[in-house]
Amino acid sequence: MTHNIIISGFGGQGILFASKQLAKSAMHEDLHVSWLPSYGPEMRGGACNCSVIISDEEIGSPLIPHPDILIVFNLPSFDKFESQVSAGGLLIVDSTLVNKKSERDDINVSYIPATGLAADNKLDGLANVIVLGHLLKKTGMFDYDSFLSFMVSSIPPAKAALIEKNTLALKIGYDYEG
Amino acid sequence: MSNKVLMKGNEALAEAAIKSGCIHFFGYPITPQTEVAEYLAKRLPKVGGLCLQAESEIAAINMVMGAAATGTRVMTSSSSPGISLKSEGISYIAGCDLPCVIVNVQRGGPGLGGIQPSQADYNQATKANAHGDMHVIVLAPSSVQEMATLASEAFDLADIYRVPAMILADGALGQMMEPVDFDAKESRELPEKNWVTNGHGGKRKKNIVNSLFMDPAALEASVIERFQRYEVIKENEVKYEEYMTEDADIVLVAYGITSRICKSAVIAARAAGIKVGLLRPITLWPYPSKALGKLADTAKHFLVVELNMGQMVDDVKLAVECRRPVSFFGRTGGMLPTPDDVVEEIKKIAGGIA
Repeated sequence: MTHNIIISGFGGQGILFASKQLAKSAMHEDLHVSWLPSYGPEMRGGACNCSVIISDEEIGSPLIPHPDILIVFNLPSFDKFESQVSAGGLLIVDSTLVNKKSERDDINVSYIPATGLAADNKLDGLANVIVLGHLLKKTGMFDYDSFLSFMVSSIPPAKAALIEKNTLALKIGYDYEG
Repeated sequence: MSNKVLMKGNEALAEAAIKSGCIHFFGYPITPQTEVAEYLAKRLPKVGGLCLQAESEIAAINMVMGAAATGTRVMTSSSSPGISLKSEGISYIAGCDLPCVIVNVQRGGPGLGGIQPSQADYNQATKANAHGDMHVIVLAPSSVQEMATLASEAFDLADIYRVPAMILADGALGQMMEPVDFDAKESRELPEKNWVTNGHGGKRKKNIVNSLFMDPAALEASVIERFQRYEVIKENEVKYEEYMTEDADIVLVAYGITSRICKSAVIAARAAGIKVGLLRPITLWPYPSKALGKLADTAKHFLVVELNMGQMVDDVKLAVECRRPVSFFGRTGGMLPTPDDVVEEIKKIAGGIA
């Protein structure tokens, strides 16, 4: 079992946070995991992507030329990575921000208006967690409750108010029927 | 669930330094190693240590020399252009027989270059860190776990042999996160530091730390004594990993992040029916020449893969004494090859052998 996951969007959308939650959950299940961010001179607003490999075998190259799971939060990411998804793979698109449909018929595509759902539910900035919920539903890669507990455990006590919001965001994504 | 934590390579290295008893860090910021200093700035004061951002790399390496002379464990870290600036100080530290750890999280060069991962400082690290007859021990981690384990090992090696030890990493290893277990490193027996200049109130004979010898015979003797230690290091401290080399016709030679890419390529090439293996040097100095020489008895071709224009090729040629052809494949400037790129090169060579 190996998941090659790329999450991509703008800096500030919580790309790194979301990918870190996947990596942490995998580690807690004693799986091998690598987390490789793109890094550059720009931060907020610049292009940002992260490659996460989760496997029950030792991980060789941490680079992902062909993701089997791709999550995109903006159009440039869609244009850059959509063609690279391996056949049979899964593409999740934040359809609030990406007004484009995949024309590939050899991959599964899921459109979720995550940024819109976040705004509607006063969860600004949590589109990333909504998409994580949706990813759990689509793949079953982690148990929902243990994933949630690991995620909220990384929220510092000073920001306890975020626990409720993150919990709600994960549920909205999980329950979304697109 | 083990004792593992998920950390960036730079952070894991910094935490391992603290766990190894390093209480002094002197550095100057540069991408992609800044997390090392950032982490130590937060943590060192809490363990009674000092993390200081110097006015320059040159100042930092000379502070390292001073701290090392007192016998405390001390580290500096930088990335490629910054290491060049430290060059003079590294030579002085080697000439004074002082232990310390120097970290190079390499980026593309020459010049200011770029900030993406590179291995273009291989020759500098292994052959020409600085002026004079000298070496530093060079360790090349290939995972976040090894960023930690080898950082600890570097402190031990530096203390045991009274030489500077370098961690030669790259931007990808520094920035990526993987699980790391800080208990993985076995402790080694360390000699007493009876040479330190730490103040003694006139109670013992004074120690002198110095690299200046006006008498050429005395200088020669000091260099020869140091090279005798280098011979012991070459005999006892070579580290490498062999992967599927037993029956390999083609042996890849790669270190650091590139060895990971090669491991994936070995698996893919084996699936395509080509007998490929990998030798991964973990110490770049001392170099695993004997292991490579032995592989030349059975392998038909060597392929060196690096993030540079082929700097390690000469070392492999010397190790196999030109008994087998040695090819090179690499990317440079911050570009990384994919496993598929390496497999293509393997197929070209396999076509020539068959």
